[in-house]
Amino acid sequence: MAHATATAHTGEHAHGHDHEHEHESMKTFGFWLFLITDCILFGTLFATYVVLRGNTSGGPTPAELFEMPGIIAETFILLTSSFTSGLAVLAMNRGRKNQLIGWLAVTALLGAAFIALEMLEFVNMVHEGATIATSAFLSSFFVLVGTHGLHVSLGLIWMIGLMLQLRKRGITPVTKRKVDVICLYWHFLDVVWIFVFTVVYLMGVM
Amino acid sequence: MLDSIKDFASEFFVTGDPLILGAQVSIAIAMVAILFVLSYFKKWGWLWREWLTTVDHKKIGIMYIICSILMLFRGGVDALLMRLQLAMPEMQFLEAEHYNQIFTTHGVIMILFMAMPLMFGLFNIVVPLQIGARDVAYPFLNALSFWLFFWGAMLFNVSFVIGGSPDAGWLAYPPLSGLTHSPGVGQNFYIWGIQISGIGSLATGINFIVTILKMRAPGMTLMKMPMFTWSVFSSCIIIIFAFPILTVTLALLFLDRFLGTHFFTLDAGGNPMMYINLIWMWGHPEVYIVVLPAFGIFSEIAATFSKKKLFGYKSMVFAMISISVFSFFTWAHHFFTMGSGADVNAFFAVTTMAIAIPTGVKVFNWLFTMFRGRITFTTPMMWMIAFIPCFVIGGMTGVLLSVAPADFQFHNSYFLIAHFHQVLIGGVAFGYFAGLYYWWPKMFGFKLNEHLGKWAFWFWNIGFYVCFMPQYVLGLDGMTRRMYTYDFDMGWGPLNLVSTIGGFMMGIGFIFQVWQIAYSIKKNQKDVTGDPWNGRTLEWSIPSPAPLYNFATLPQVEAVDDWWEKKQKREQGIAPPPAPPLEPIHMPKNSGIPFIKSLLWFFVGFGFVWGWLWMAIPALIGVGICMLVRQFSYDTDYYIPVSEVQKAEAQARGAAL
Ligand code: HEM
Ligand SMILES: [Cu+2]
Repeated sequence: MAHATATAHTGEHAHGHDHEHEHESMKTFGFWLFLITDCILFGTLFATYVVLRGNTSGGPTPAELFEMPGIIAETFILLTSSFTSGLAVLAMNRGRKNQLIGWLAVTALLGAAFIALEMLEFVNMVHEGATIATSAFLSSFFVLVGTHGLHVSLGLIWMIGLMLQLRKRGITPVTKRKVDVICLYWHFLDVVWIFVFTVVYLMGVM
Repeated sequence: MLDSIKDFASEFFVTGDPLILGAQVSIAIAMVAILFVLSYFKKWGWLWREWLTTVDHKKIGIMYIICSILMLFRGGVDALLMRLQLAMPEMQFLEAEHYNQIFTTHGVIMILFMAMPLMFGLFNIVVPLQIGARDVAYPFLNALSFWLFFWGAMLFNVSFVIGGSPDAGWLAYPPLSGLTHSPGVGQNFYIWGIQISGIGSLATGINFIVTILKMRAPGMTLMKMPMFTWSVFSSCIIIIFAFPILTVTLALLFLDRFLGTHFFTLDAGGNPMMYINLIWMWGHPEVYIVVLPAFGIFSEIAATFSKKKLFGYKSMVFAMISISVFSFFTWAHHFFTMGSGADVNAFFAVTTMAIAIPTGVKVFNWLFTMFRGRITFTTPMMWMIAFIPCFVIGGMTGVLLSVAPADFQFHNSYFLIAHFHQVLIGGVAFGYFAGLYYWWPKMFGFKLNEHLGKWAFWFWNIGFYVCFMPQYVLGLDGMTRRMYTYDFDMGWGPLNLVSTIGGFMMGIGFIFQVWQIAYSIKKNQKDVTGDPWNGRTLEWSIPSPAPLYNFATLPQVEAVDDWWEKKQKREQGIAPPPAPPLEPIHMPKNSGIPFIKSLLWFFVGFGFVWGWLWMAIPALIGVGICMLVRQFSYDTDYYIPVSEVQKAEAQARGAAL
């Protein structure tokens, strides 16, 4: 009897581990699907922007409004943060917990700087009288760029939460999956930003 | 002070209409009664533990189905009110404004709060059992989807007694739905109710795709999947591509109303046509989202009750997948008359006609499945057989509508109303009814009474033709949709009266169904076999209702219709291989977060509806806290020990002997 329970117990363990891996890879797969839906979401916003961009209705035009130096700075900051999030994953794969948390912290700080610059840009525009209610062009501009900003901000909160978990629990299959997923998300937002930069800003000032 | 309270109340509550006053009183009485019963029988704890916090796909499925039947009642009452108003020329029953509200809520409720949840209910109950899985991929997310739907639907329905219902049509075209033309809160209820439940639907789409791709029993390759599962898969593919468009569209419409943006306004460069394109880029795929699973149900039923393999399995799969792709390229057929130009119209006319081809393939497959089969006329099979002529007629009138030049005549007439009800009732509603009858024993362990079911069937079917055939003629005679009354001279009276009689016959059919359910619960003729229809797929290989963990050991699948093949082998005397030893079963733990978080979303929505940021913002923060709590919780699952599995199996199988 005692023997039987003992084997049942080890069986449970081996089984449990297998299961956990399967489980985590399934969650990552689901996240890819979520990213597809997010792509469609941004796609719809881009389409709206492209349709409405010419409708400035007597208000400021893109060329009058955009100040490229700030935008270029934002772009470099976000691209760098994508790179540092990659370094975080590398550190994780080598099992270096503190290094991992460190790179995530750098990534988050860069993300926060990006958001701060973007807010500054928005505030300046509003001060110049270019508000979300001024014209169809500005409505679609603020909503498209703002939605990206909102995504980055949510990612920041999520990343801070994750750093706390990593400190407490270390690198486990679960926290590893979570880091993988947030980096995926971060790269995705980076790609979206490249489109924003091209379609909204570059094509706006050219 | 008192005056200001009075002012507020008269704006807050809908007042001045005896019908609505009656509804308000009965809602209040029903609420008090429910609270009383729950407290009196000390059922609060039970409700919380067994239902509100459950993550079991079977219970979630049952909750979806209960809600959708209630919504079918509400939508049906709306329909009958409209039919009463139209029964005779110059009726004085509903006013214009009230009629507008009713057709709007009827359309929204029937599609988003009746068809969708009934569909999700069947997804939940059937898919994991059919593919030999123990739950869906993300049980927690699944519960969240349900409660988002639930609170979204509540938010939408509450507009009926608080604030006023939306009245700009089920797709809320601007500028009519914009702030200038719909200044009240009704349109906000529309936006937030649909938005909240729509996020739930999107999550369900992701959930079932992963479930189907990753959780099939060993040996079940994609081409051995049951056809219903295939239909769910194609429907979910459409969901994940279409629903984000809806999310954005509704959000932009809300911003127009709330922040004064100019996406769809008539001034400052806004473009209402953009909305109409976007909403139909979701709206057309949406109708395929709801109809594909009905096709899947019919495929299962045709095979089971003809005792034959489904004819043309591969072509069926191909047809479903091509429909889910094509459904994204036909949206403009909803506004041929809005001046897109001949080339655009021609393109969309051709794609629309093309989609009829895979659909036709399916009809022939079903017919060939039944051909020379040993057909038994159970209620699910009767709905299946009745569906075929109904859907063929509906499909043909659809092809007529797709002829762009001709559509200038049919557009927005009763011809259109008859067409889409024919596919929505004859295809979607009949399909889900059939599925409900078919899987009912699996859900509850007893069959529904067949005799009452046949009465319901005939009332629905005859009522359907009596109601909608006259409408084709009325449409050709020039009667347009959404008109609340018509002159005596138009000569539309007699046909409208016939149509109304048909509507009420369907109402009687519904009453028979409710009676049938109540009667069968009381009689409770236990299905002890777990396989009352002599089924073909895995869900019939386990006891009814399925135990918590579904399958004690995961089945090893070898063929399409695996359970049928195994039964054949057993009859030929080939013993099944011995079952592998039991192992502890990994299960998710219950959680209260989905319920609480969705309730908070309700308050977010309610706050934004009224522009009450003091309510919306704290609730939004609450939502964020729920997310963080979930992110930080690691203790989310447990193992059922072997001894308990043994006990449960002995009990279930014991009952089976
Ligand atoms: C039970 C039998 C039903 C009857 C008698 C019925 C009757 C009606 C009537 C009278 C209208 C208004 C026509 C107008 O004045 O323009 C209508 C509209 C509509 N119905 Fe039904 N209906 C039924 C079932 C359904 C079902 C099952 C669905 C969907 C699954 C549905 C979806 C719609 C939609 C989307 C509209 C358009 C609403 C709008 O114009 O915005 N109906 N129905
Ligand atoms: Cu369509």
